[in-house]
Amino acid sequence: MSSVRVLVGTRKGAFVLSSDGKRKKWDVSGPHFAGWEIYHMKGSPVDPDRLYASQSSGWFGQVIQRSNDGGTTWEPVDNKFVYYGDPGTHLWYDGTPHPWEFKRVWHLEPSLTDPDTVYAGAEDASLFQSTDGGQSWQELQGLRTHNSGPFWQPGAGGMCLHTILLDPGNPGRIYAAISAAGSFRSDDGGKTWRPINRGLKSPYELPDPNAEVGHCVHHIAMHPSRPDVLFMQKHWDVMRSDDAGDSWHEVSGDLPSDFGFPIDVHAHEPDTIYVVPIKSDSEHFPPDGKLRVYRSRTGGNEWEALTKGLPQRDCYVNVMRDAMAVDSLDSCGVYFGTTGGQVYGSADSGDSWTPIVRDLPAVLSVEVQTLP
Amino acid sequence: MIRVILPAHLRTLARVEYEVTFDIAGEVTLRVILDAIEARYPMLRGTIRDRVTRKRRPLVRFFACEQDLSNDSLDAPLPDAVKAGTEPLLIVGAMAGG
Repeated sequence: MSSVRVLVGTRKGAFVLSSDGKRKKWDVSGPHFAGWEIYHMKGSPVDPDRLYASQSSGWFGQVIQRSNDGGTTWEPVDNKFVYYGDPGTHLWYDGTPHPWEFKRVWHLEPSLTDPDTVYAGAEDASLFQSTDGGQSWQELQGLRTHNSGPFWQPGAGGMCLHTILLDPGNPGRIYAAISAAGSFRSDDGGKTWRPINRGLKSPYELPDPNAEVGHCVHHIAMHPSRPDVLFMQKHWDVMRSDDAGDSWHEVSGDLPSDFGFPIDVHAHEPDTIYVVPIKSDSEHFPPDGKLRVYRSRTGGNEWEALTKGLPQRDCYVNVMRDAMAVDSLDSCGVYFGTTGGQVYGSADSGDSWTPIVRDLPAVLSVEVQTLP
Repeated sequence: MIRVILPAHLRTLARVEYEVTFDIAGEVTLRVILDAIEARYPMLRGTIRDRVTRKRRPLVRFFACEQDLSNDSLDAPLPDAVKAGTEPLLIVGAMAGG
């Protein structure tokens, strides 16, 4: 019988939630790396027991951990992330040039074909690659050294490369998203990149609302069966592209707020997508104190509130950009974690929700593995 | 024998007990001790000093003999009591918080 493993990164450690395919009873292990921030954990699609974790600390910096047994045991691998050449400067919050400095890894994206190949999205925004299971890292410098790089500026959370999407039908195609530079695409395995932000509008954030770069993209999701269709939660606006990011159009439709962080796609329905609206850029909590996941079954524009099992009063948590994921069981499971330490799961595509755990540290990331 | 006490998080990462010891020939400096720590415990590279600049991480402190050595030259000789092993070198996470 299939089972699921939910990998939860929090402000104070990692937790692994495990269940059989019914997704009724859960085992909770952790905290792993207690006391450290775990920005992200993710397993290899070709070897589910190979996991990677980004462990960091304001005191002791970045550590990358690797597991070869599904998270039972871990070993630190290399943490040397060196920007290629003379990295130069980007723009600081006040508009002055600021040196590129490695701070942490926000996202780890294992290769679709090789468990030893993994990509790391870093702050300050850069993409790194390891082809030896994390024993060494090399920058794919074509992204950071794009001619717009010196003009990138951090968002409030830092200048982070937080989204990495690998096209399952086109091994050379990689998408990356950066706050607050925007989204980028490579068609040659990460050597060269171009911004893909046409159609994004940021009238309250940028002097030129249609600028080529500078948009605060919060997250991008893709269904593997239809990799040219992308869904984006931007700072404000939920966006969709049907041409691999060459152009975008807004699909916020009837959402109560189009501000939010996570976005994800149903495992079996490429036009069913999920977001968690929050009130605004300065009020990072659900409108009206009601935690509602919104689902569109039409690829956007028409949304329904999913509330069953979620708190509908006095709820003021947030859901971080990498803290939502789906399993591929039938019916699709949907999971998200909150800054209040709850991890909610739905075993029926979002129709109803149950808290798997309620009192973890603030959740930074949620990934799900569907195991045979 | 040089005695070093690592902060709790780094002891966990290196899988060591409270105190680690080193036999160091020649001049005993912070740099020599840090090199010895990183050679024996490669998982600690980057956690005490930056992997690229080799500078002390901002929220790490070096204490010994009731002195704060954090801003001393890495090549300055350490106190005789540390060289003699009667006092440990403490590597600590700085107080940071409210």
